[in-house]
Amino acid sequence: MTDWPLLSLVTFLPLVGVAFILMIRGDEAVVVRNSRNVALLTSCATFVMSLFLWFGFQTGTAEFQFVEHAEWLPGTGISYRMGVDGISVLFVLLSTFLTPVCVLAGWTAITTRVKEYMIAFLVLETMMVGMFCALDFMLFYMFFEGVLVPMFILIGVWGGPRRIYAAFKFFLYTLAGSVLMLVALLAMYFQAGTTDIPTLLHHAFAPEVQTWLWLAMFASFAVKVPMWPVHTWLPDAHVEAPTAGSVILAGVLLKMGAYGFLRFSVPMLPQASADFTPLIYALSAVAVIYTSLVALVQEDMKKLIAYSSVAHMGFVTIGIFTMTAQGVTGALFQMLSHGVVAGALFLCVGVIYDRLHTREIARYGGLVHRMPKYAAVFMLFMMASVGLPGTSGFVGELLVILGAFQVNTVVAALAATGLILGAAYMLFLYRRVVFGKLDKEDVKTMQDITGREMAMFAPLVVVVLWMGLYPAPFLDIMAASVDNLIANFETARAVADAASAAVAMK
Amino acid sequence: MTAAIVFLPLLGAILAGLFGRFIGRIGAQAVTSLPMLASAGLSAAVLWSVGFGDGPYTVTLFDWIRVGSFEASWALKVDTLTAAMLFTVSTVSALVHVYSIGYMHGDPSEPRFMAYLSLFTFFMLMLVTADNLVQMFFGWEGVGLSSYLLIGFWNDRPSANAAAIKAFVVNRVGDFGFMLGIAGIYLAFDSARFDTIFAAAPEMAGQTFRVFGTELPVLTTLCLLLFVGAMGKSAQIGLHTWLPDAMEGPTPVSALIHAATMVTAGVFMVARMSPLFEYSETALAVVAVVGATTALFAATVGCVQNDIKRVIAYSTCSQLGYMFFALGVGAYGAAIFHLVTHAFFKAMLFLGAGSVIHAMSDEQDMRRMGGIWRNVKVTYAIMWIGSLSLAGLPVFSGYYSKDTILEAAWGAHSAVGQYAFWMGAAAALLTAFYSWRLLFMTFHGQPRADEKTMAHVHESPPVMLVPLLVLAVGAIFAGMLGYDAFVGEGRAAFWKGALAVVGDDPIEAAHHVPPFVKLLPIGVAAAGILVAYLLYMVRTDIPAKLAEAAPGLHRFLLNKWYFDEVYEVLFVRPAFALGRMLWKRGDMGTIDRFGPDGVSLLTRLAARRTALMQSGFVYHYAFAMIIGLAVFVSAYVAGFAGVR
Repeated sequence: MTDWPLLSLVTFLPLVGVAFILMIRGDEAVVVRNSRNVALLTSCATFVMSLFLWFGFQTGTAEFQFVEHAEWLPGTGISYRMGVDGISVLFVLLSTFLTPVCVLAGWTAITTRVKEYMIAFLVLETMMVGMFCALDFMLFYMFFEGVLVPMFILIGVWGGPRRIYAAFKFFLYTLAGSVLMLVALLAMYFQAGTTDIPTLLHHAFAPEVQTWLWLAMFASFAVKVPMWPVHTWLPDAHVEAPTAGSVILAGVLLKMGAYGFLRFSVPMLPQASADFTPLIYALSAVAVIYTSLVALVQEDMKKLIAYSSVAHMGFVTIGIFTMTAQGVTGALFQMLSHGVVAGALFLCVGVIYDRLHTREIARYGGLVHRMPKYAAVFMLFMMASVGLPGTSGFVGELLVILGAFQVNTVVAALAATGLILGAAYMLFLYRRVVFGKLDKEDVKTMQDITGREMAMFAPLVVVVLWMGLYPAPFLDIMAASVDNLIANFETARAVADAASAAVAMK
Repeated sequence: MTAAIVFLPLLGAILAGLFGRFIGRIGAQAVTSLPMLASAGLSAAVLWSVGFGDGPYTVTLFDWIRVGSFEASWALKVDTLTAAMLFTVSTVSALVHVYSIGYMHGDPSEPRFMAYLSLFTFFMLMLVTADNLVQMFFGWEGVGLSSYLLIGFWNDRPSANAAAIKAFVVNRVGDFGFMLGIAGIYLAFDSARFDTIFAAAPEMAGQTFRVFGTELPVLTTLCLLLFVGAMGKSAQIGLHTWLPDAMEGPTPVSALIHAATMVTAGVFMVARMSPLFEYSETALAVVAVVGATTALFAATVGCVQNDIKRVIAYSTCSQLGYMFFALGVGAYGAAIFHLVTHAFFKAMLFLGAGSVIHAMSDEQDMRRMGGIWRNVKVTYAIMWIGSLSLAGLPVFSGYYSKDTILEAAWGAHSAVGQYAFWMGAAAALLTAFYSWRLLFMTFHGQPRADEKTMAHVHESPPVMLVPLLVLAVGAIFAGMLGYDAFVGEGRAAFWKGALAVVGDDPIEAAHHVPPFVKLLPIGVAAAGILVAYLLYMVRTDIPAKLAEAAPGLHRFLLNKWYFDEVYEVLFVRPAFALGRMLWKRGDMGTIDRFGPDGVSLLTRLAARRTALMQSGFVYHYAFAMIIGLAVFVSAYVAGFAGVR
């Protein structure tokens, strides 16, 4: 198994599924049924394949593992290079884990252009996995931008009534960032002569160059996270996207920005990262409080969860820039946890949206009487989102606050207000939707969750509790890479300080 | 064995919660109550062996969170403090489980109710057996969750849902402090394990660190942050507003969670952290003042409430205040002693009130009760025993614990101690008054309920009365039996160092106070009873006249010092208004307007302008080309020149 190009297999296996779907012929019903089945089978096979990464991954080393290398553009320093470390491997698994769930989520809800829908999802999976595996900046950039295309199509074709506006907003924001990142990519290439990531990690960029490179990348990553104030595309994109689109958007796409910070900004540009830390703290703390307050007054379920995502990602960015073991690990853990929990919450919304075709909170109420199983599942994910100990949400939040308190107590205190506000908006949402009297005629006829929906939720429930009660396997995978990241960061800072001290001496 | 005590209730909760529909009502009762009774029996054995035998031990289960130097395991730490809590929690919980079988009879969601009760007990036991702050926080939040679920148990009532959310969110305000406290302790001690922290505490005394932008003393800061958490959970003044509203839950819940166990978690936490608090006089003083103020404040409000459960709820709030000022003067043993006796007699009072409510066809307003004592003689006796114990009259258990607290406050010989003593004594007067006001209004005088209700008044079934009688035994004898071990001569051998004492032992001082200090509480209690007798049995017209004579004061008390109204204006409404403003004006009005929408508008305008140039006239194009050429050539020439 070890000599197999495992990462390439996981990355491109979904495209094989696409090829099969494209070959399906027959009448409409056959095409629909077969494309669903092929998509589910392919995504499950991909997930099983990716489990080899989980079992084969060596903890205790920060080296890239499962490395593959092939010539791509000979003589240019740009090549096809794949590999994962403790920072990226879990996101590969998160992507492959959520894709089958998403295919199930679109099983009956999508009735038009089913074939194309399934193709879009499988292409999206390839792009996501490839992005987390890429060890060449050029390759990374292609996957990073490539993700946007299927996502854009998902929103634009299968979205809600204002899908065009949402898609354009999504596109406008991400485009602005992407262009600047391309500039940064080229600048780094001309400085270092290669786009090989392991090489770039050890290339010392001059301090004044770092500042500009950092800002250019920041423009791209901050939009993806999204950080305040470039977050306004997210609520619209979520609201208009089909359920499964929201799940992937919240589950994986929001992690791309934070992953970018961890893979590029922090290790390659340590000096600039240290200089801009106050900016990150300020924007993140504002995000936590601002978007939590906005979430409190939302009338649309998806918008509320979208705003809560911005608040949770605020925790992540704070954690990354604390540059402490707890903070960075907490950020990584929070990203994984949020991927699962926010994804699950969007599925919860999707379940009742499929029945009543509205996301307006006021149209519901008293669901617990008709849908006790649904109420229980929703309760669990709501509590995970609130950060109740015993669920995955707590571990990340605790670690981020522990990390933040070591470097900046005020930021830690501001972030901790998210605990209060988060509880307020989530419980308020739950109360209006699930509790109360069952007095609306159409709500009275709603069915509890079906077997298919249970199959979709069950793995998520297991993972949320597992990560909350016994997070050790996840933390062990991250540990060595996080330690290495921090050690290199501190060495680079020390070198830079010594250099500037030497300059001052002269 | 310890693991069995903690995990048996979880097992019951899972069985009844997930399979409630398959095993039915009886099945759910059995799978929750039986493990709970077993757990109670085992914890009595543990208290015996730890308190009077081998001493403390820790069972480590498995790793939980380990990142860098930060470690938190799942572990069960059992010392005398934990054992006392295990015994109290599991005994009261087992009795409440049995009582609920009768009380919840006929409720379609009974299995869910039993599952929640067991789940709560599991979290509470995890809380008291924690060997590190993070596991304690796990239990802490877990009991908060169970409390939220149980307050909102009748979830089609808007008032129950509002109360549930309020309880959770107000507790979260406290948890904000707790969480930062954990972070601060990790920063200062590089650990979250109790043993490590306590060992290093003496070195930290007097040290300062830089937090929140200023230089602050380490231990005082940390203790106060933790105390904010304790205030939230134990409903101390300022963060108490959720507790009276929590009475929306079924009465067994009020007895178990909002009187006997969960609300005492804050007291337990401060006692557990006593090795830290002992080194911070400031923090202890704050604890004592907050506790003493709450004791009196809640008692004043309790005197005018008309809902039978709310009276007892404010009484709980007030008694928790006693426990806190005992902690604040350093009499940890006395605080825990009162915690235990209070658990018995307060649970009994609540369950007795439940029996009354049951008898009165779900009526809770005492103004519509009265004259029923002949019909419910056992309940009536129970309420008397509970009230006698609560008021602290001799022989009853409350007498031993409450008197020790007041004596310790006097014995502290400090300004704070004096404040606590006089507030406590005043509260004792009011306690006796509102307890007998409750008794007289509920059981005596003319029946004020309608005839239909009165015809239905009946004693509760044995399944409800037996737990009450068991609690009554506790309410009478717990004080007598526990006195020596908890606060008497045997206390050092009993506690085995579970509670820190640095310097003079205030409990020792409590044994050497002037006689009037010992007699005063009994005197004021008797006076309180007498006044209640006069006002509610002899001259029943006086209360109304008093209310008329001082309408402002009456309204002030009736409205609970206007805490809810002030919070509504200060926090709740501004939060929603701010949220709406940030959304409409911030996100839509500013970011979108000048961001994506603005850009697209500009693009559209620019495109329209450009489109105008496509006029179709050849001379327009020719002109544009010539201009372009000119610009290009000049740029080229200029650039060329520049290079040279």
